[in-house]
Amino acid sequence: MLEITEGSLAVAEAVRLCRPQVIAAYPITPQTHIVEALADMVANCKLDADYITVESEFSALSACLGASAAGSRTYSATTSQGLALMFEVCFNVAGMRLPIIMTIANRALGAPLSIWNDQQDSISLRDSGWLQFYAEDNQEATDLHYIAYRVCEDPAVALPAFVCFDGFILSHTYEPVEQLNQADVDKYLPKFAPKERLDAADPISFGMYATPEYYHEFRYAHDKALKDSAAVIKKAGEEFKKLFGRDYGAMVEGYLLDDAETVIVAMGSICGTTKDAIDEMRATGKKVGLLKVRVFRPFPSEELSKALAGAKRIAVLDKNISLGSKGALALEIRDALYGSRVSVFGYIIGLGGRDVRKKDIKEIVALAEKGQGDIFYGLRKEVL
Amino acid sequence: MALAVGCRARPGKARDNKTGSWRVFKPSFDHEKCTQCGTCKTICPEGCISEDTDGKFIPDYQYCKGCGLCAEECPGEAITMKQEEK
Repeated sequence: MLEITEGSLAVAEAVRLCRPQVIAAYPITPQTHIVEALADMVANCKLDADYITVESEFSALSACLGASAAGSRTYSATTSQGLALMFEVCFNVAGMRLPIIMTIANRALGAPLSIWNDQQDSISLRDSGWLQFYAEDNQEATDLHYIAYRVCEDPAVALPAFVCFDGFILSHTYEPVEQLNQADVDKYLPKFAPKERLDAADPISFGMYATPEYYHEFRYAHDKALKDSAAVIKKAGEEFKKLFGRDYGAMVEGYLLDDAETVIVAMGSICGTTKDAIDEMRATGKKVGLLKVRVFRPFPSEELSKALAGAKRIAVLDKNISLGSKGALALEIRDALYGSRVSVFGYIIGLGGRDVRKKDIKEIVALAEKGQGDIFYGLRKEVL
Repeated sequence: MALAVGCRARPGKARDNKTGSWRVFKPSFDHEKCTQCGTCKTICPEGCISEDTDGKFIPDYQYCKGCGLCAEECPGEAITMKQEEK
């Protein structure tokens, strides 16, 4: 059923339909509405789950870790400083190979304090071994939760995932969202039935220590599982399309790519603005396209280099900065295209909630055409 | 040993971790000097020193980390630590 609803509430409804058995979360702007809505559902018997209230994000994810190891489908949500506080637990969850799904309402990291959107928080956890999905709009944000559970609970994957959507820009925006019904979700998402779980009658420990003789291989196995999850994502996306019509089979998505000379690469809600800017540029005869990166981990190097093979130049929009280096997406795209003759230009854009408008996208295309990149775009020189 | 997904383990699995590889100094037991008092066995934090049927105390070098507590505490100075070449 098509509903006009707030992004956070749409995500909460999708999570409810996924039937999580344990939810532990700590409210933090702009994630709060999601977990408030879920608490409300549990309190009013619309969702049969244990909702564990905790004193911090560290505890929230720790509670999820235990619950997931005990065999429960588990959910949390956070952002920014909250995710930073989960840092240690994130690595443990992934290393123990627990399929916890966590929504990230992307927000900048302090200091200076900012409650507004960029993608520094989840990008900073890129090395933690979680899958990372990025949504362009609220329809995609809700759908990605079903896909994330389906992929991550596959025994061949057995890894956690972030479903990232831009704080405020999506989380607090009303958009039409097609919600699934329970019977359909149950068809798509079978019960979570892990082979191994914490059980006093049959004791087992998770994440024991590995001596130098084994640790190296554990990291290899983790990396391999994450890379191999690409095939499972593809299958889950195709299956989703078969049942519900919306196609998530690819980890990247092209928009007017075929004859594009300049291709913009971006993640998240900025892709919507970019598509509108492209339409206007196309009307004036400029051959511009977009490649949207939906899955950042595992990084879709092969899909990317195939999709970008025909381009003359690539302009990468990063709502993050690896301080002292460059934007994370630009760095990885350069790596994926190493050896090809395509020029890659990186632009740091929209940090801490700075609006990105169609004119900004057009200006970036002009900069890329002039060969100017690897810059902070739109700096206010008068305050520097 | 094949890797378990998520480094999951049944009870008793710690025995698989052969901590002897951590060792830099290896204790050498002089059974002539040994008075069989058993202090080394009591003090060993790894619990890897055992008494054989002749009453001799012998460390299990698969697990001995070379901490040297046994040599330090031995009243008969029957245990000496020697740097191990690997």
